[in-house]
Amino acid sequence: MNKAGERLYNGLVKENPTFVLMLGMCPTLAVTTSAVNGLGMGLTTTVVLALSNMIIALLRNIIPDRVRIPGFIVIIASFVTAVQLLLEAYIPSLNKSLGVYIPLIVVNCIILGRAESYAYSNPVVPSFFDGLGMGLGFTFALTCIGVVRELLGAGQIFGLDVLPGSVEPIRIFGQAPGAFFVLAALVALQNYIKARRKEKGKSYEKIGSGCSEDCMNCKDSKGCTKRFYDENASKEKTGEEGR
Amino acid sequence: MSELYKVSSNPHIRSRMATNGVMLAVVVALMPAAGFGIYNFGPRALAVMMVTMGSTVLTEYFFGLYKNRLTVTDLSAVVTGLLLALNLPVSIPLWMAALGGIFAILVVKMLFGGLGQNFMNPALAGRCFLLISFPTAMTAFDCDAYTGATPLAALKAGESVRLLDMVTGHTAGTIGETSVIAIVLGACFLLLLGVIDLRIPGSYIVTFALFAGIFGGHGFDPAYLAAQLSGGGLMLGAFFMATDYVTRPITIKGQYVFGIILGLLTGIFRIFGPGAEGVSYAIILGNLLVPLIEKYTMPTAFGHRKGGARHEK
Repeated sequence: MNKAGERLYNGLVKENPTFVLMLGMCPTLAVTTSAVNGLGMGLTTTVVLALSNMIIALLRNIIPDRVRIPGFIVIIASFVTAVQLLLEAYIPSLNKSLGVYIPLIVVNCIILGRAESYAYSNPVVPSFFDGLGMGLGFTFALTCIGVVRELLGAGQIFGLDVLPGSVEPIRIFGQAPGAFFVLAALVALQNYIKARRKEKGKSYEKIGSGCSEDCMNCKDSKGCTKRFYDENASKEKTGEEGR
Repeated sequence: MSELYKVSSNPHIRSRMATNGVMLAVVVALMPAAGFGIYNFGPRALAVMMVTMGSTVLTEYFFGLYKNRLTVTDLSAVVTGLLLALNLPVSIPLWMAALGGIFAILVVKMLFGGLGQNFMNPALAGRCFLLISFPTAMTAFDCDAYTGATPLAALKAGESVRLLDMVTGHTAGTIGETSVIAIVLGACFLLLLGVIDLRIPGSYIVTFALFAGIFGGHGFDPAYLAAQLSGGGLMLGAFFMATDYVTRPITIKGQYVFGIILGLLTGIFRIFGPGAEGVSYAIILGNLLVPLIEKYTMPTAFGHRKGGARHEK
């Protein structure tokens, strides 16, 4: 599988930022009151994520290690500001409904997380596709949550009435508790599907990808320079279990 | 040959009353309130009870089938369904009542591990779910028998209420909360059986009465206090829902603390809040504080220093 496609797949399915990595929960829970909001938030984040990943990968040999986080923030904040100005000019309605969550993209942990764990140590093109894949995965998740919440909480999908007026919508799904219910249900569904596929031998883990920082379950951990655990400690642990 | 003694693990002192016995006692104790609800609001009240009990029992049954662990015979789902019905207005659409029952059992109880693991009272959580989801249907207390505001809402608006009707229950409200006499009758049955004790209801009601007396704006006027105490779901909540074994503190000191917290919360919600009633939210918020209360009121075991650290020598 080529690098770009693999990165896209990684972001959309295998390491979906919302359903698997559980990152960026604040915008996920707050703005998904409707499908349009979820989609808008997701696409805005995707643009910022892909472009900032690209620039950070370009500058990865120039930014000193010690100040890399402030460096990332400056790059991300520039893109967020640009995107917010564009939204204000061209889609003011979306800008209004997303409100404070647009400037808050700066501190979205998905973006900072990808910059730190992928873009800072990988070439430009895969980094761009990593950002694109992660962003699309985020968009997909937010749209799913938004569709379910809008359908149950307001009886609409993308603003169109789908339920007859006689059915009273369950308003709690449009409010904060509903976001938790729907997110939990969708994560459970996704885990169920993955477990079923694993039983059938179609595991997602077999598809090689970049570092997931999960060395315990990584086949390439032998000879990998990026270690996140102490090999000796884990040997002792498995030895004890063997006894 | 010495006789062989078998030593079983503790607990060594056991009650003969199993879970379904306790639950059956609660169902029986709720009968006066339920019966009065049917007498007061007509046969539709019975239909609401049937629907909620049916939905809770069926939800527990099907979840048990799926998990291969049938727990429906412990009767707790029946109690949850009945309590939920008693907390609903009689005019509620039946599908909403059923939805509340499903939510109470599936989300609040079974997904957290079934009876004993639920972190808040399922019936009240179901009621609050419905209250947030369908605010209009849940506060529509107009029915054939009564129109107009509930006594508590009238009291909050500064209108006069008929105290005698509030005690006997001839007034608007949810199905099971109106009659103080019927509720206290059932509570006395539970007290005599030893299923509940007065620690939580007592400290709850006394705290609330003090709070209402101090902040209610009427001083300790007996008529006002009696109306506050017998209005709304306070009696039902104090005797039947705050005393739920699973969601109350297990320590004795903690139960007093729990009752006081419920009294304060109910007082704050009723007197300073926008709505007239606050018992349900007070109890489920109190439920969330239970682990904390237990942590600070757990008695020190022998051989341990106060504060939980083990004695060194």
